[in-house]
Amino acid sequence: MSAPALQLHDVRKSFGRTAIINGVNLAISLGERHAIIGPNGAGKSTLFNLISGRFPVSSGRIELHGEQITGLEAETINRKGLARSFQITNIFQKLSVYENIRCAVMWSLGYKYSFWHRVDSLADVRERSDEIVERIGMATRRDRIAGVLTYAEQRALEIGVTIAGGANVILLDEPTAGMSRSETDEAVELIRKVTEGRTLIMVEHDMSVVFNLADHISVLVYGEVIATGKPEEIRASKAVQEAYLGTEQH
Amino acid sequence: MSTVFNLRRAAFWAAVAIFFAVLPLLFKQSFALSMLSQMGIAMIFALSYNMLLGQTGLLSFGHAVYFGLGAFFCAHALNLIGAGKLWFPVTMVPLIGGFAGLVFGLLFGFVTTRRAGTPFAMISLGIAEMVAASALMFTGFFGGEGGIATNRTVGGTMMGISYAPQIQVYYLIAGWCLVSMMAMFALTWTPLGRMANAVRDNPERAKFVGYNPTRVRWLMMSLASFFAGIGGGLAAINYEIVTAETLGLVASGNVVLMAFIGGVGHFWGPIIGAVLVTLLQSALSNYTQAWLLYFGLFFLVIIMFSPGGIANLVTLHKPAWKARLLPRLLPSYAAAAVAGSVMMLGFFALIEMIYHYEAKESVDKAFSFFGVELDPSKASAWIGTLVVFAIGIALFYGARKVVRRAWENLTPELQKAGAL
Repeated sequence: MSAPALQLHDVRKSFGRTAIINGVNLAISLGERHAIIGPNGAGKSTLFNLISGRFPVSSGRIELHGEQITGLEAETINRKGLARSFQITNIFQKLSVYENIRCAVMWSLGYKYSFWHRVDSLADVRERSDEIVERIGMATRRDRIAGVLTYAEQRALEIGVTIAGGANVILLDEPTAGMSRSETDEAVELIRKVTEGRTLIMVEHDMSVVFNLADHISVLVYGEVIATGKPEEIRASKAVQEAYLGTEQH
Repeated sequence: MSTVFNLRRAAFWAAVAIFFAVLPLLFKQSFALSMLSQMGIAMIFALSYNMLLGQTGLLSFGHAVYFGLGAFFCAHALNLIGAGKLWFPVTMVPLIGGFAGLVFGLLFGFVTTRRAGTPFAMISLGIAEMVAASALMFTGFFGGEGGIATNRTVGGTMMGISYAPQIQVYYLIAGWCLVSMMAMFALTWTPLGRMANAVRDNPERAKFVGYNPTRVRWLMMSLASFFAGIGGGLAAINYEIVTAETLGLVASGNVVLMAFIGGVGHFWGPIIGAVLVTLLQSALSNYTQAWLLYFGLFFLVIIMFSPGGIANLVTLHKPAWKARLLPRLLPSYAAAAVAGSVMMLGFFALIEMIYHYEAKESVDKAFSFFGVELDPSKASAWIGTLVVFAIGIALFYGARKVVRRAWENLTPELQKAGAL
């Protein structure tokens, strides 16, 4: 059996004396669609920040396809094939939709810090960027400045920027937060489409989204995973109901 | 499609080259020629500065360090060539300045670009101060207060080019200016150039698409220093002397002014700034001793009324130009120009009166102002000046309303024409 796409061994994080993540163990296999749920302040976003290298872990180990990524810089982890989106929209506000995507495509196609290629004449960059713009349904918005898009469009662009580099492990932090019902449905379809064949891990508050998209769920409460399993197992779990589902209405 | 685009670009640069070539034929005086040479140097310097400020979002207060070091290295190179210890064509000497700039850009940039924003600005100021102090300490290389004198004719005469006449130096500068402009413009359309903008806007997001923002800043700073060094090398050839002032804080501040006056948001902005600042500094100082005051006020007015610089004022009119509605604005602009002239005339006269009243010790304080005899010792002169100034202010205030109304009337039509 091959190594899991992502594995966490006793990962801990404290800010000062406050422990936010208290020894998380998690194994996510290739192609899985894994949702992390939990009440506010459970440490879900912090966990993402640790995995993606935004913050260093206090202790523990994180492996991507069996390879240690603990303590690496965020950009190095990204180059190894792990990309993430943010809870608060994090895109290049002053660049156009197309330019946003192009920035996310260039490294993976090997252009790195090149100052001897002309971006407009790079056929592979153009094709890949156009394809992503098309796939996130923003072809008509191609040359709009990202900052003037609607909220839902910005969220879609954020997902586009996240998947554009071709990473095979995708972390989405509350991709549908703040969206209307119909916008959420569209976002779910988009996520399903663009993460096809990749490993997806997402933090999500909206239970309909979770049960719609995920094939595995982990419940994080006070920095600990109290349950991991298939959606129906989680739904049936007494401990989860007490700790989370029962107390919060969705 | 892409070939058409390339053709257009080639035609554009060819037009610039022709423009540079014929300029000295239009301005034949030696004063004009040396000013054009200065402008060319300033253009390279200001454009290289905007690689930092406009493109990468790095506000540097020490960019003259790389310009000045490039100049010193070139002065020494010329002297070595003159002493027969080095063989190198004088035409290519600016390249030595470029590489000196590059090396020091890599070196200092490694430290400064770890941070952006205010820390970067402060560290760049610290390095500028440090290098300026070193220039006065290490007199062997920097020549102390006298600087390093050199001779641009050391290469002898090759195909009629000796670099003795200023016109030949002008063409040398124009050639390097054109090549540098093309290279810096091309750089904005490379992966590094595009990521510089991305890092300027959101360094964190850049990390999560695989780029190290520090590395992007460092490379941009090093390349900017390379072009600054070329500008410095040309300055060494042009003036045949390089002093510590060349890399000092005043020079660093000057390029900040050029970039802001021209506009940092556009590639072409700093060129406008470089031309204008050079013009003001050399032309204005011939006419009045209070020129620094006017220059400072000019900068203030630009920052207050058009924070995007002159380039922004120009692009503001692009929709109207495209919709062929620009002539509709012209009458209001003409009115504003007349009103503004009256106001400025009054203001300048007032400043000159104060200046002459204060500075001149002679009994006769009268001076000629645009052909009008003004005598600061007479009350009538003061009253007259103040009245002109007041009328100017009132007229200008009215003209501003006229301009605003012209724009308000135009906007719906622009929207209808789809130009907005």
